[in-house]
Amino acid sequence: MELQAAKMIGAGLACSALIGAGIGIGHIFGNYLSGALRNPSAAAGQFTNLLIGFALAEATGLFGLLIALIILFG
Amino acid sequence: MAAEHESPMHQFEIQRLIPLKLRGIDISFTNSSLFMVIAVALITLFLLYAMSGRKMVPGRTQSIAEMAYEFIHKLVQDSAGKEGLRFFPFVFTLFFFILVLNLIGLIPYTFTVTSHIIVTFAMALFIFALVTLVGFWMHGLGYLKLFIPSGVPIWLMPVIIPIEVISYFIRPISHSVRLFANMMAGHTMLKVFGGFVVGLGALGGWAPLGFMVAFTGLEVVVAVLQAFIFALLTCIYLNDAIHMHH
Repeated sequence: MELQAAKMIGAGLACSALIGAGIGIGHIFGNYLSGALRNPSAAAGQFTNLLIGFALAEATGLFGLLIALIILFG
Repeated sequence: MAAEHESPMHQFEIQRLIPLKLRGIDISFTNSSLFMVIAVALITLFLLYAMSGRKMVPGRTQSIAEMAYEFIHKLVQDSAGKEGLRFFPFVFTLFFFILVLNLIGLIPYTFTVTSHIIVTFAMALFIFALVTLVGFWMHGLGYLKLFIPSGVPIWLMPVIIPIEVISYFIRPISHSVRLFANMMAGHTMLKVFGGFVVGLGALGGWAPLGFMVAFTGLEVVVAVLQAFIFALLTCIYLNDAIHMHH
């Protein structure tokens, strides 16, 4: 296989790390929403925790995106 | 679409506006530097103008400045405690610098400074060094206990400690990559869909155009959210160093 083609395929495969980020972010916001609907008075106090969880879940997926960028432009 | 200046990555190119060299090191004034100067000037001028009246009953601009102040003050106090408030000026500066850079970048034909990993990594590395120094300054060598979580059985320690150490040292990377990747991916996507609008022409271009309007709205949310998360994580790292909750 040509090196260039292999690089492109590798970059595409590295992006699959974002599947996990998508699932994780969906879980966090979904669970926050269902918790907030059960107990709306406690929702505001947990908003910071929601964003922390969102940031942490997103970071793992973005590492994969970073690998893809390094393969393409590194 | 194959031409170099139409590639979605072209918008991230750094151009030297005033070429400068100091002992072989390239310190040119680039478009990146220009937009940083614009952002700092905008924030400074706005805050100076808004607070110039200093009325007891604030007007509209003064209210915005005071709300921004209180917003960050509350963020620092809630997540880093009373002792964390000595870092309030730092977090305030950081938040508004990133926020204005992100928002300026959304205007077409401007340059997004935060979409360059070297910028975000330099900031994250500075925060990492600051947090580590604060930790050692406040707790001495006891700060190393951060790597030993309480309530973990002794036989798990050989596994937990390396994980804690790695997760500590990976902080500057995850901190910077989060902001950089969000800004870069968002702008690339806007550019790609902009290409669809032009490519499909007056007949079919309306669908991607509508998507782009919605997506630009989402990008504004992302720009604010990522600036907030950057400031929030800074506060949380500072909280770790000041209080050692582990």
